[in-house]
Amino acid sequence: MSAFDRDAERQRMLSRRTLVLGGLQGAAVATLMGRLYYLQIVESDRYKVLAEDNRISLRLVAPPRGLITDRFGVPLAVNEQNFSTIIVSERAGDVQQILDEVGKLIPLTEADERRIQRDIQRSRSFAPITIKENLTWDQVAAIEVNLPDLPGVSIDVGQVRSYPFGEALSHVLGYVGAASEKDVEGSSDPLLTLPGFRVGKGGIEKQYDQALRGAAGNRQLEVNAVGRVIRELSRDPGQTGREVALTIDAKLQHYMHQRLSAEESAAAVVMDVHTGGIQALCSSPSFDPNQFAMGIGYEAYQALLKDERTPLINKVIAGQYPPGSTFKMLTALAALESGIINADHRVTCAGHIELGSHRFHCWRRGGHGTLDMVGALMHSCDVYFYDIAGRIGMDRIAEMARKFGLGGKVGLELPGERPGLIPDPKWKRKALKQPWHQGETLIASMGQGYVLTTPLQLAVMTARLASGKAIQPHLLKSIEGQFTETTQWPAIDVKADNLAVVLKGMNAVSNVPGGTGYRARINVAGMEMAGKSGSAQVRRISMAERSTGVRTNESLPWRERDHALFVAFAPVHAPKYACAVIVEHGGGGGTVAAPIARDILLECQMLEAARATVAQQPPPSTDTSPAPLPVEGGTP
Amino acid sequence: MTLDVSGDGAALSFTEKLGQIPWSFVLMITLVASVGFAMLYSAANGQFDPWASRQMLRFAVGLVVMLFIAMIDIRLWMKMAYPLYGLGMLLLIGVDLFGSMGKGAQRWIDLGFVQLQPSEIMKITLVMALARYFHGASLEDTGRIPFLLIPLGIVAAPVALVLAQPNLGTSMMLIMASGAMFFLSGVRWWKFALVISAVLIAIPLSWEFLLHDYQRDRVETFLDPDSDPLGTGYHITQSKIAFGSGGLMGKGFLQGTQSHLNFLPEKQTDFIFTMLAEEFGLVGSISFLVLYCLLLLFGFIIAGRCRHQFGRLLALGLTVNLFLYLFINVAMIMGLIPVVGVPLPLISYGGTATLAVMVGFGLLISVHVHRDVRMSRRGLGDL
Repeated sequence: MSAFDRDAERQRMLSRRTLVLGGLQGAAVATLMGRLYYLQIVESDRYKVLAEDNRISLRLVAPPRGLITDRFGVPLAVNEQNFSTIIVSERAGDVQQILDEVGKLIPLTEADERRIQRDIQRSRSFAPITIKENLTWDQVAAIEVNLPDLPGVSIDVGQVRSYPFGEALSHVLGYVGAASEKDVEGSSDPLLTLPGFRVGKGGIEKQYDQALRGAAGNRQLEVNAVGRVIRELSRDPGQTGREVALTIDAKLQHYMHQRLSAEESAAAVVMDVHTGGIQALCSSPSFDPNQFAMGIGYEAYQALLKDERTPLINKVIAGQYPPGSTFKMLTALAALESGIINADHRVTCAGHIELGSHRFHCWRRGGHGTLDMVGALMHSCDVYFYDIAGRIGMDRIAEMARKFGLGGKVGLELPGERPGLIPDPKWKRKALKQPWHQGETLIASMGQGYVLTTPLQLAVMTARLASGKAIQPHLLKSIEGQFTETTQWPAIDVKADNLAVVLKGMNAVSNVPGGTGYRARINVAGMEMAGKSGSAQVRRISMAERSTGVRTNESLPWRERDHALFVAFAPVHAPKYACAVIVEHGGGGGTVAAPIARDILLECQMLEAARATVAQQPPPSTDTSPAPLPVEGGTP
Repeated sequence: MTLDVSGDGAALSFTEKLGQIPWSFVLMITLVASVGFAMLYSAANGQFDPWASRQMLRFAVGLVVMLFIAMIDIRLWMKMAYPLYGLGMLLLIGVDLFGSMGKGAQRWIDLGFVQLQPSEIMKITLVMALARYFHGASLEDTGRIPFLLIPLGIVAAPVALVLAQPNLGTSMMLIMASGAMFFLSGVRWWKFALVISAVLIAIPLSWEFLLHDYQRDRVETFLDPDSDPLGTGYHITQSKIAFGSGGLMGKGFLQGTQSHLNFLPEKQTDFIFTMLAEEFGLVGSISFLVLYCLLLLFGFIIAGRCRHQFGRLLALGLTVNLFLYLFINVAMIMGLIPVVGVPLPLISYGGTATLAVMVGFGLLISVHVHRDVRMSRRGLGDL
């Protein structure tokens, strides 16, 4: 084989193997292209979604919370701008130096500085860190002016809930606070996961939280791999919380709060007898909901918790008191409806009656003499009601009480309502495993013993007496302009004649000389009220004490004094407003609670008249109400 | 028939040589490099700094170097094959002794103006040395095992040094390119089969005793990239998302979200083709692969036209090298093979790699210009 042939053979081998190699490379490149096809066509949709997920970060936007207004549109709960100052560390350069400069303008504690430094270390350098929240206007101005010397520092505007009426409405409105674990549990609302998001923590704010909260909006942000925001792609502001209008009259509420503040501890409620709409609802002492919205301090909260006058409890719906003599209308009505007793039934009161070995006293030691039913209501004679209660039995009384809204929650839209208690033999057997005693019927007939009611229930009772309709109390007038109120309530199943007797008695209480509420009457023509006093004993009066003379309320420590109650409606000839007042440990209902009820009902009607004046001339002439007279002796 | 029928290559004048340069090939190289500039421009969010401008400068220098190499007589390159190989070995030993640390591996020699990566140089000098060795080998020679021991040593020495750096990707490339050279020289099929089986047996052993932890991580990541999406699998997962989200037509130049928002790692170096695929879609990525394959085709044609074995082997070896760069890089970023640090020449940002392929292209062109020079079987006598 020649050298040439050998070279040619070697070259042929090389050519063959070059082809093989080229083929292998071609196959390899084809594989790459196949892979490209798979990734970019077959799986493309999946990867497009993943790329968008990477790129786009959805940030929730909390919508503004809905306003709460009174029945005339006066704002009761609003959102105010809340200024805070923030720092972005990557723009600040020397953070400590900047903080020192800021510290000259607004007070920064050492704890603040530690928190800021810690937050800066934990966050990415482009993330804003809060230096201080809730700045005053002066502080904002001081920082704004110096911003050129404070690189990285800026002012941030947030929203905070504000309650212009402060303490006056705290028990109606409640307040907002950070969502608790319980709030978050079982809720799918993404807003709850937002740091700093506030939810309703009581009152209307809690009851209508869903409506007030609105729906979360979102911002689509383009972010890079480390989460830095590149730009905003879109913004959906979400749905603003809906506006909730209440049946409350802010002016009346304000007046009532002032009026009740004169007492140690009191509660009152006024409602429309036709609609059931609550015009004012007040429990005193109260608390400032703005403190809660900003975040209340531990000590301030503990002080509220420990106060024996219970400022955190809404006594109108959660305070359960024996109704005392304010219950007597129901005993009377039960007797009339039973057919056993009529309005002319007369009883002679000698100051007490005997039942078995027990002696039951009337509040007036000398007795009232002979009274018919109207007279008995007017003078609040206990013996008369012992007599008729003994004749008709407890079941009839209890049935009537429940008809008028006692003995169970009435269902006002406020959290924390309590049911009270209307006892009867069946209840006692079941709850206490004891038989009912006749004496207990007598005690219950005048609203003592086991009987417990809330001021709200007493107001409902009064409104139902005044209107003859089974109204339900409510606070909601409208949501976002959608009205919910009605005057179409079913009539209460009692005879009109019988109801008229009871109303006549209530009229006599306030407007006939000698009535227990006569001294606290309204003597403005056309605005007169009809009412009923009550004094609820808190302690038991012993036999020994009776023999030495019952101690007066003034001589007892505050906690042992009687509760003073008064229920009333006005105007007496065309009832419009019903009111219930309780002054805890206040003493006699006729002397302490009645003047408050009078002032409230008068103010209520005056405000209405003033509004009518604005709407149409001329104004009606009115007398001013007399100042409450000091009354001696313990007339309930 | 005698061996000296062809004209004397040495007699070619400078202008004749210039005329012999395949300018269409040079144009294509420039075209591919220009795609690289565009991608580096995009990687810097639409700016020439810091990458595109420097890469253009390097390419310009590379072009001059390439043409200079192309003009030098192929016989001189053959003569220099062993000394250059020796120099490459010295540099490799140098990095093990004096190299600066880069990403946990000793790969660089800092010469001040450029960071020299001797393993890139070795990819060329090894091919040259093997071409030189097999130039004079007859088929009978390549059939004898003792004859193959010397080239095996030539391959084993740099592979061992590169593995020690450690640089798995480059050592694999050296082995595969050398394997191709052995194959082209006529080494029997069964010998390859034997070696491959031996390697298959060796893999579990080297897994246990040779591989570094990060190399094992990479292989494990490759086998299941979604198991640890934010850890070692992050790069490949994000790269696949970039490919896939590009779709058929791509997101448009400068519009790649994965790359511009930094989800894509190392987008200016190893993952630059991912960025191209994201911005130009399947149409763009296939077009680019086709363009790159034309470069490879040119290499094959040059080898086919060459009339001496050294030139043929050199041209094929360099072409195989180029192919390996392309395949390993693209297969890696598409998740077909484990992550190994191999750049995409002419496109990826990097000084040595650019310079190394330009030197390779220079040699290829030199083979083409001097395709007809007379060379004896023993090599250098005729020069």
